Amino acid sequence: MAIVTEEGATAPPIDVQGIALEHPHTSLPIDSRKLLMWAFLASDCMFFGMLIATYLVYKNRSIEGPYPQEVFDVPYTSVSAFVLLFSSLTMVLALAAIQHGQERRMRIWLTTTAILGCVFLGGQFYEFTTFVTKDGLTLSKNLFGSTFFVLTGFHGTHVAIGVFWLLSLVVHSARGRLHQAQSLTVEIAGLYWHFVDIVWILIFTLVYLIPS
Amino acid sequence: VSAHPAPHDTEYGTEVEHAHPGPREYIIIGIVLAAITVLELVAYTRTDIKPILVPVLIILSATKFFLVVSFYMHLRFDDVIYRFVFCFGLAVAGSIITALLFLFSQYPKPPPFG
Repeated sequence: MAIVTEEGATAPPIDVQGIALEHPHTSLPIDSRKLLMWAFLASDCMFFGMLIATYLVYKNRSIEGPYPQEVFDVPYTSVSAFVLLFSSLTMVLALAAIQHGQERRMRIWLTTTAILGCVFLGGQFYEFTTFVTKDGLTLSKNLFGSTFFVLTGFHGTHVAIGVFWLLSLVVHSARGRLHQAQSLTVEIAGLYWHFVDIVWILIFTLVYLIPS
Repeated sequence: VSAHPAPHDTEYGTEVEHAHPGPREYIIIGIVLAAITVLELVAYTRTDIKPILVPVLIILSATKFFLVVSFYMHLRFDDVIYRFVFCFGLAVAGSIITALLFLFSQYPKPPPFG
């Protein structure tokens, strides 16, 4: 509930810890920044939907190899899937920490999430390098190579952007510019990170696990 | 640590949102997600369930997707407007994938090379 001051102005409400909460700057009963992030994620759904559809449509239509079953290393990719899944857990723990006013703990969890994202990216870099150098699969080799590299490459780009975002939050917090009252900033970054995770959940199943 | 309210939206919202889960619930969801991933890998390696492998993998994957969106992204607890916006994008994406798969299934696949 908002507080009316003696001058008649409406001051930001105060939570149980006595910290002023952000005003949502909107006539809607919701925060416009969070709504914008959800709208962006909805559009990104369509973007990745198209990339996944293209991969599935051209699946098994390459007229020359290498083919998916010849190059995929499912146990290796499973480790990457677990890493990204675990990073989603550390991300929500970072959010819970800032919502409880534990800024140092939030920085630790955010840094852990960023490191896990880097581990995932390193794994993807190794996988791509192996495909190109050992298996001869390149972007222009066949339909499988084109659709696979574009799909997983765009996902990797999303992860890289997420890592930079998380690290910027850590720097902001270390400089004393990110407090409990701005926990929504962390929540919005978390929404993006979890979206990257759910896209990988789909890619892991549709591209790697479902047989040709 | 117990669950706590989402401080931003509940303060201003005309519709009061439910409390977000706490760290304990997040960890439980994380364990469930890891267990489902292990199940996916077990299903992938089993040869005796090959006829039903694709639907099993899709169901397990959809469950993981639902859990992350509902609990980690708080869509289950937040305002219904967020749910509507995201589900709209998801529905469009799903429709496009289904339509394209149907359309391209009408064309025969190329013969093996050589």
